[in-house]
Amino acid sequence: MAKWRKPAVFAASLLPFAYLVWATFNNALGPNPAEYLTRATGDWTLRFLCLTLAVTPLRVITGLNWLLRYRRMLGLFTFFYGVQHVCCYAGFDMGFDFGEIVRDIPKRPFVLAGFTALVLMTPLAATSFNAAIRWLGAARWQALHRLVYAVAVAALLHFFWMRSAKNNYAEPIVYLAIIAALLGWRVWRRVRAAQA
Amino acid sequence: MLIRNNRFPLPHASEITPQAVYQQRREFLKLMAAGAAGASLAAWAGRSARAQVQGKLAKLPGAKSAVPGAVAADKVTSYKDITTYNNFYEFGTEKDDPVATAHRLVTRPWTVSVEGEVRKPKRYDIEELLKLAPMEERIYRMRCVEGWSMVIPWVGFSLAELIKRVEPTGNAKFVEFTTLADPKQMPGLRSPVLDWPYLEALRMDEASHPLTLLCFGLYGEVLPNQNGAPVRLVVPWKYGFKSAKSLVKIRFTAAQPKTAWERAAPQEYGFYSNVNPKVDHPRWSQATERRIGADGLFQAKRPTQMFNGYEQQVGQLYAGLDLKKFY
Repeated sequence: MAKWRKPAVFAASLLPFAYLVWATFNNALGPNPAEYLTRATGDWTLRFLCLTLAVTPLRVITGLNWLLRYRRMLGLFTFFYGVQHVCCYAGFDMGFDFGEIVRDIPKRPFVLAGFTALVLMTPLAATSFNAAIRWLGAARWQALHRLVYAVAVAALLHFFWMRSAKNNYAEPIVYLAIIAALLGWRVWRRVRAAQA
Repeated sequence: MLIRNNRFPLPHASEITPQAVYQQRREFLKLMAAGAAGASLAAWAGRSARAQVQGKLAKLPGAKSAVPGAVAADKVTSYKDITTYNNFYEFGTEKDDPVATAHRLVTRPWTVSVEGEVRKPKRYDIEELLKLAPMEERIYRMRCVEGWSMVIPWVGFSLAELIKRVEPTGNAKFVEFTTLADPKQMPGLRSPVLDWPYLEALRMDEASHPLTLLCFGLYGEVLPNQNGAPVRLVVPWKYGFKSAKSLVKIRFTAAQPKTAWERAAPQEYGFYSNVNPKVDHPRWSQATERRIGADGLFQAKRPTQMFNGYEQQVGQLYAGLDLKKFY
């Protein structure tokens, strides 16, 4: 049973991607497919980021230590959907014109925030294998991977900034609440440990 | 003899969901849709509502317009795309919200109050307005400020027809358009996106231009609610949001009105909002656009034209005006 758990989580994480590929080739993305794909991949990046950040609190609260084994996979799926999101922007919006992209990123603060989140995620993805932990040493590796908190802040900023002109914060607020709870729990645990 | 007239088992009255409850459920779904997983749920839920077909609404034919520039040669966007991908925030901010919720809009009886700096102010009944001038079909390009475009066969007549009948005074310099704002019919009014009611405005010479359309129909039929029934404005050389929908008031003023988008985000949306590929929106470029239903996913976006391709007809209105400053 436990043997199948990991492949099952892996397959489930691929479902959104599989659906988007299927829908793209079956003309099921609505009147504006480019917009749909860009938004869907952005949404899934944020959802996987929330799932990744939820692993440690869930593990500690429930005592189910095997949950830790899914953290790396979920983190890598966050990166996977994040890369697709950037590809949607670079391809559909900018037509893969890299000169135009380089000019566009600093011009638009919300794009810069999203781009920052992806750049910060890259070293985490690159050092996600076991040998990297040995090379870096566990302490340094862990310090590096705390960057995920900065990724969360940059990603939230990106989403809020994108919606700012229309004062339409219903969705970003949901993510803010989830991420604030997940990071807040960590701060609370630190403070409590320091007091003890 | 036993007469069986109930050959099909009918549901017991208590089993039928009252419409109010049904609508509450829809509201609940919408609320869920605001949640994290909800964006995709909303897309799924909206799918059933998306089946929009021509031929269900009353006919409203129009003769081919003789106004220069009024019949674009571009390939017309499908009825389905035009009626399922809408920005009409009174019915929700997602593109598929209006088609799902605008059925609540009651378009009869309907009056449009024409007032302000005019010699003959009048409350027009919609039926009277429909007979004011002969209907024309006009095929206009529509460029949304968000970077997408459509080609739409509208039915209506030049706003100028109405303007000349109400006789503006010498003080009339601007015309202000107000959209209905009734929370009972428009669920989107609960959100603070804009300062309701929706308000748009044009300079007098823009409003009087023959291309400025007082619009009642689409594809030879009356307007579907989500497209601004029963009467709306269409100004083809400006970004789509200038073309206010479901009008209840047209007011002539001496001072330049402050539009809803100017009040919400003045740094992003100017009074003029003419389509201009050279003046970027602060959050995205306006140099190119994606034509809905025409440009393939992996095709490059098409260049946006100055004044949305109506420069020949309207360019002279802005002679000497700094379009970077008056965006």
